[in-house]
Amino acid sequence: MSYLNIDHIGITFPTDNGPLEVLQGVNLRVEKGEFVSLIGHSGCGKSTVLNIVAGLLNATTGGVLLENREVDEPGPDRAVVFQNHSLLPWLTVYDNVRLAVDQVFRKSRSKAERHEWALHNLEQVHMGHALERRPHEISGGMKQRVGIARALAMEPKVLLMDEPFGALDSLTRTHMQDTLMEIQTRLNNTVMMITHDVDEAVLLSDRIVMMTNGPSATIGEILAVDLPRPRDRLQLADDPAYNRYRAAVLKFLHERHRQPTAPAGEAQPSRPQLRVAAG
Amino acid sequence: MTTETINPRRAFDLPRLDRLQAFLQGERFTRMLLPLARSLLIPLAAIGLFLALWAGGASRVDTSLGQLPGPAQVWQAAGQLLAEHQQESGREAEFYQRQEERNAARLEREPNAEVRIRPYVGAPTFIDQILTSLGTVASGFLFASLIAIPIGIACGMSSTLYKALNPLIQVFKPVSPLAWLPLVTMVVSALYVSSDPLFSKSYLISAITVTLCCVWPTIINTTVGVSAIDKDLINVGRVLRLGWFTKTVKVVLPSAMPMIFAGLRLSLGIGWMVLIAAEMLAQNPGLGKFVWDEFQNGSSDSLARIMVAVLVIGLIGFLLDRLMLLLQRWVSWDKSAVLR
Repeated sequence: MSYLNIDHIGITFPTDNGPLEVLQGVNLRVEKGEFVSLIGHSGCGKSTVLNIVAGLLNATTGGVLLENREVDEPGPDRAVVFQNHSLLPWLTVYDNVRLAVDQVFRKSRSKAERHEWALHNLEQVHMGHALERRPHEISGGMKQRVGIARALAMEPKVLLMDEPFGALDSLTRTHMQDTLMEIQTRLNNTVMMITHDVDEAVLLSDRIVMMTNGPSATIGEILAVDLPRPRDRLQLADDPAYNRYRAAVLKFLHERHRQPTAPAGEAQPSRPQLRVAAG
Repeated sequence: MTTETINPRRAFDLPRLDRLQAFLQGERFTRMLLPLARSLLIPLAAIGLFLALWAGGASRVDTSLGQLPGPAQVWQAAGQLLAEHQQESGREAEFYQRQEERNAARLEREPNAEVRIRPYVGAPTFIDQILTSLGTVASGFLFASLIAIPIGIACGMSSTLYKALNPLIQVFKPVSPLAWLPLVTMVVSALYVSSDPLFSKSYLISAITVTLCCVWPTIINTTVGVSAIDKDLINVGRVLRLGWFTKTVKVVLPSAMPMIFAGLRLSLGIGWMVLIAAEMLAQNPGLGKFVWDEFQNGSSDSLARIMVAVLVIGLIGFLLDRLMLLLQRWVSWDKSAVLR
């Protein structure tokens, strides 16, 4: 039995125009220490897969097993790095990480140990110099580093990343990818990352899961990236194997599953939310 | 941790005196002139124009209480009210001193004697009435906040509760304080029966009326603030499995704080307006009663004294609003937001 088992999950959302099947029969096994990327056009439901693994959404059919235990609610063993960093804006960088550390290790570690652990994780992402800053005082890349530190600090069994670098400029993105590879070499986490950047997927992943377009999206093809680690982006730029992988993903996305010209109302409907009109 | 120093000038939107200083020192003469004119001279000119129009217009209106007072008479009346207050507090101090001396002398003669301390019963002065009004509005407002913030948080977190309460809130929100007052009066008279009352009935009636009008903006703004929390932040809380209490304290409340304070600021403004009307009708000592009494008095300087009260009510309302704005800025985590 594999470490993380995504077993034939499907999800259907009720909409005004009747039920909408967003995912259907998504089946994936991830081994411990594996880095898996999910790639696909926007609206294909890749975030939905991640949210189901996180426990933030419940699958309509099928289920997710982590170490043979069913996932039915969110928890720190499946820490999520959100696309827009999602740091609490009123807490400092340190307090944001410390909140997570305190919550997860309240019983098992002493106060001094928790302090050390929060610092250690921030230094791991090179943010040790900005402990007392608040999120609005640091750059987008720095915020995402803190978001990663917070997720790592929970010591998750699976690290879930929802387009973690999607909102960053390309230069910052390469820095962040290098940091992530560096951490990955050291910790060998099990990671599931969503991306729409082909280079990022090939550079970071052990396997790339390519998804078809929704509705009723599912896994189209899985590409194993057999490049030696540590990987270096400059060397890989001229590497024929790297470019073959890259071409394979591009072909899948742009030839065989080109994005529908008129996106029939974003295939990923917004989840029901409490909205209160002002006044 | 960055410490935010509160700049009183900015907090109260006062004109920049440092610019005036630089101007007076002849520093960069022309470059100083324009901003100075904008921040200081234009408001001053507008006030001057207003005073001139007032003085000119007032002299043309003859009422049964004499001519409508102009700025000069109002200024005089203000001085007089202040003098009356000083006189009265002098008398009060003398009264207590005399009483103390008398009691001390009596205790010397017969050490077991029971000395009674009688309170001074002079008429409340204008300043006393301002303080009473501030006290009444503060108690009504605080009471309203204690009710409204928890209800708002609950409504923001539960759409069911919100749907249940929303019609009631929308119907009661626009009700005038004058409509509430007779009901409040009767209910207080029926329920608050005590031989040795801690509070006077008129005080309770005014404060409760203020409360009834103050709760709505705070409830609505708190609800909106709580329900508008970033969905991702809620998800962070879910991933961390924060308990109900931790979630409320660490995520919900800080996130909604700016909106809660926006509601409190609206509430206090409404409360201050309502209070004056309530004091008039409930005959609670305070600025409202002062205005009413002067109106009933009908002496030749009554109108000038009422105008002093009007200006003081306006100034206090303005200061209360600025005070809330200061608090709102202080609790807002989003320091870049423009609040005015």
